[in-house]
Amino acid sequence: MAAFTLPALTPQLLLGLTALAVLAYDSVFPEGDNRRVLVGITTAGTLLTVAVTGFFLASGTGLPSTGGAIPLFHGQLVVDGMGLFFTLIIGSVTLLVAVASYDYLEGHPYQAEYYALLVMAALGMSLMGVANSFPTGFISLELASLPAYALVAFLKHDSGSVEAGLKYFLIGALSSAVFAFGISLVYAATGSLQFGAVAAAVSGASNLVGLLGVGVLMVLGGVAFKTTTVPFHFWAPDAYEGAVAPISAFISSASKAAGFVLAFRLFVTAFPIHTLAPMGIDWVLAVQLLAVLTMTLGNFAAATQESVKRMLAYSSIGHAGYALIGLAALTGGQNAIVLGAAMMHLFVYGFMNTGAFLFVALAEYWDVGRTFDDYRGLARQAPVASVAMTVFMFSLAGLPIGGGFVSKYFLFLGAVGAGFWWLAAVGAANSALSLFYYARVVKALWIDDPLGEPVTITDRPTGLYVALLVAAVVTVLLLPFFRPVAETAVQAATVLFA
Amino acid sequence: MLIELLLATAFVAGLLVLLVDDEVAPRLAFALSLLPLLVSLAMWAGFDGHGNVLLGGQAAFQTVVPWLQLGPYALNWHVGVDGISLPLVLLTTLLTPLAILSAWTPIDERQSQFYGLVLLIETALLGVFVALDFVVWFVFWEAVLIPMYFLIAIWGGPRRRYASVKFLIYTNVASLLLFIAFVALVFGLGDAVSSFELPAIAQALQTTAPSALAGVPPNTLKTVAFVAMFIGFGVKVPIVPFHTWLPDAHVEAPTPASVILAGVLLKMGTYAMLRFNFTMLAGVARSLAVPIAIVAVVSVIYGAMLALAQQDLKRIVAYSSISSMGYVILGLVAYTTYGLGGATFQMISHGLLSALLFMVVGVIYNTTHTRMVGDLSGLADRMPITVAVFVAGAFGYMGLPLMSGFVAELFVFLGAFGASFSAAPVFTAVAMFGIVIVAGYLLFAMQRTLFGAYRVDTDYEAERAPLHDIAPLLVLVLVVVALGVAPDLFYNMIQGAVNPIVHLAAGGGV
Repeated sequence: MAAFTLPALTPQLLLGLTALAVLAYDSVFPEGDNRRVLVGITTAGTLLTVAVTGFFLASGTGLPSTGGAIPLFHGQLVVDGMGLFFTLIIGSVTLLVAVASYDYLEGHPYQAEYYALLVMAALGMSLMGVANSFPTGFISLELASLPAYALVAFLKHDSGSVEAGLKYFLIGALSSAVFAFGISLVYAATGSLQFGAVAAAVSGASNLVGLLGVGVLMVLGGVAFKTTTVPFHFWAPDAYEGAVAPISAFISSASKAAGFVLAFRLFVTAFPIHTLAPMGIDWVLAVQLLAVLTMTLGNFAAATQESVKRMLAYSSIGHAGYALIGLAALTGGQNAIVLGAAMMHLFVYGFMNTGAFLFVALAEYWDVGRTFDDYRGLARQAPVASVAMTVFMFSLAGLPIGGGFVSKYFLFLGAVGAGFWWLAAVGAANSALSLFYYARVVKALWIDDPLGEPVTITDRPTGLYVALLVAAVVTVLLLPFFRPVAETAVQAATVLFA
Repeated sequence: MLIELLLATAFVAGLLVLLVDDEVAPRLAFALSLLPLLVSLAMWAGFDGHGNVLLGGQAAFQTVVPWLQLGPYALNWHVGVDGISLPLVLLTTLLTPLAILSAWTPIDERQSQFYGLVLLIETALLGVFVALDFVVWFVFWEAVLIPMYFLIAIWGGPRRRYASVKFLIYTNVASLLLFIAFVALVFGLGDAVSSFELPAIAQALQTTAPSALAGVPPNTLKTVAFVAMFIGFGVKVPIVPFHTWLPDAHVEAPTPASVILAGVLLKMGTYAMLRFNFTMLAGVARSLAVPIAIVAVVSVIYGAMLALAQQDLKRIVAYSSISSMGYVILGLVAYTTYGLGGATFQMISHGLLSALLFMVVGVIYNTTHTRMVGDLSGLADRMPITVAVFVAGAFGYMGLPLMSGFVAELFVFLGAFGASFSAAPVFTAVAMFGIVIVAGYLLFAMQRTLFGAYRVDTDYEAERAPLHDIAPLLVLVLVVVALGVAPDLFYNMIQGAVNPIVHLAAGGGV
């Protein structure tokens, strides 16, 4: 052990400092085109966060090898493998989005605010990963959400962007209210707010089962908003479509991952199913229903879209359905594999889905249009970016070109092993359907000829290309070098159940 | 390490060809495709495996490297070949350079992408035959779809978009089905296995009764898994009624892709059936012998009848593949040395012969721009070598002695006739009738197109094919005859690998 150890919350502290540094720089030098510096600060800060988090994970912080989870502030926060794992996802997505935004936001005002909000939202999301009580969870969720509302509405002269922001905000506010009310009911039934204490108290709440049950359901509804689980998904397609594309990438990847980590910790730690199920509060059953609904609706809706961005929005709902298997297939005796696989899937998803939205950002940057037809023949103009997009599409569809293949099949494998073969079967049917619409993008890029005059592309924005290629390379490399992700995820999940 | 070298040469060749200019791509791809062929020939020369790798036999060129640990399960990079997989590896490495040569004339756009994808598909196909860990195997199994999708979709015929998506989704659904079935089986074994290694699972299935999974009793689990995998693999084979993607894909695919598709890709299905259904679950296979034999015979007869009804030469060959694959399944279900050995030999033989016929049809199409029987007549005068090869290939298909088709079909029939399931001789006799239909449609097609007065009903004339079109045909004819004269080139090692299965199915254990 080194003599000097970093505080366990270093990644979060770094994110907070980065946001403040961006604001501080902008208030000292408000004039002129300073976006290079702003992007520089953001990139350096998030890169450092990712590096520190990766180092923590590699050295076993919060994992059994170094003494297990590290509770902080009397168990209000807990730094463990899962929290760090998701901080790594969120940090990586933020990094990609920040780099890509450099070109995308060229010429827009309020750049400092944009990057500060982005990093603050990332901070809130990573805090969701370590929150270990209802108040910290709720506050982190709000810290993640409020900047995100503003970011979605960032193009304030674009009616689509503003409408998307408003829709996101209204439904978000409603969900927060539902969440808060659920928390109050749980508190009324158990008298505790810290997850571990709630778990200890639920068995004594047998005369308040009704109250507790409604509370659990409302809490589920609250997090379902963040994870875009049907029927709390209505905001997602509009928000993803209306927002600037890098922000769509950010919200659909990072924010979703944050929602899931909160849900995983909350339900596994605070509402242990082996205690709640005998009381009649079988939330696993509810999640199973939600998982089936979410993947089916997401995929069917995605299959009927004409706009690529909207297709990606719905497909992102479909993937939320797959990730829900992580909770839905618990109690089958393969908990660590199931939950670990969901974590792995969200990890790979962080790269492949972000990459896909960044390709849309690139297409918007070039003004090629939004529909499948507009993408026709683009591969001839931009072969490198098209290869990257092909990687994302096939990896999302679960073909072995990237890590998405392994993580998706591990999820199905876990579900089958837990005895929920029907859950895997529904997932499989959806996965086959998803191949249809993902292949449409590939077909448009490589196979179809342009309908009208092909767009001429002269300008290759460096930031967007770098982010796109990094995401693609990571996605591909995650297939052969999946080991650290898979083993860390399963270990972290094991710790959670211990 | 030879297997890693084999995969690496094909993969790197593919990437390299994707990056070069269209002018050099054809020649470079052909030159590079000879490297995997050389490596596989070295493997053949140095083959020291014996027995069946799944049933305690010794695989040649085996490597095991840990990949990752998924909870209690170790996933390993585990590759190796035995007497069943090595011939299929050789088939793949032989057909790829020939397919590349046959592409020189017809493929005139986006060459570097085309040849790169052909080499990548070769990598994936080789991976399927050498992988001995389920997850590694499944990665390669699915990886085949990506290059094949592009090959059909970019260079295919008029309905290529429809055909490529149909191929992609149809076979993907099948893969998902077999994945769930196999994984359920593995989890049913519980603590008896701690990895997804095929040999370990195959042996555990013989010694350990699976426990109930999710309330499904063990025997039902085995049967359901068997049926699901049979269907999952059957789509690739294809067996009737899961064959409808095949004619679409074939007719729309460019000739070289058809060569790979019929020559190797279909064998993935029968190879996997042999490994998974007929080796691992031999007990279930024996109890379901009659329904499986019915499926086999229906595929033989129905496929042949469909071929009989076609006017398009390529469709005739495509449908006849369904018929030929039916023989493979009939041989497998017989559970005799000749049956299983003949089925494996038929995979090789059909790979060569169907590739040959597809190439001949391709050569005719290159110059006449039609494949319709009614548009062609008397080609023998204009393209004597091509026509001679066509005749030779067709007779090989019908099972003319001294060609590989004869050996394969003879062994299958001998094996199936002596099988112990009820009415085996009847099934065999009905299946043999398929040969008559094959002879019928091939003779009919040849008579109409090759002989008689010369006539081509298009704006093109039939002209002598260039050397690079003819060369692969001659190579294939030579190999087909060599295997017909000396089947022991492969048959010995095949027999060594299938005998443990026969022994196991007869109740002899691993």
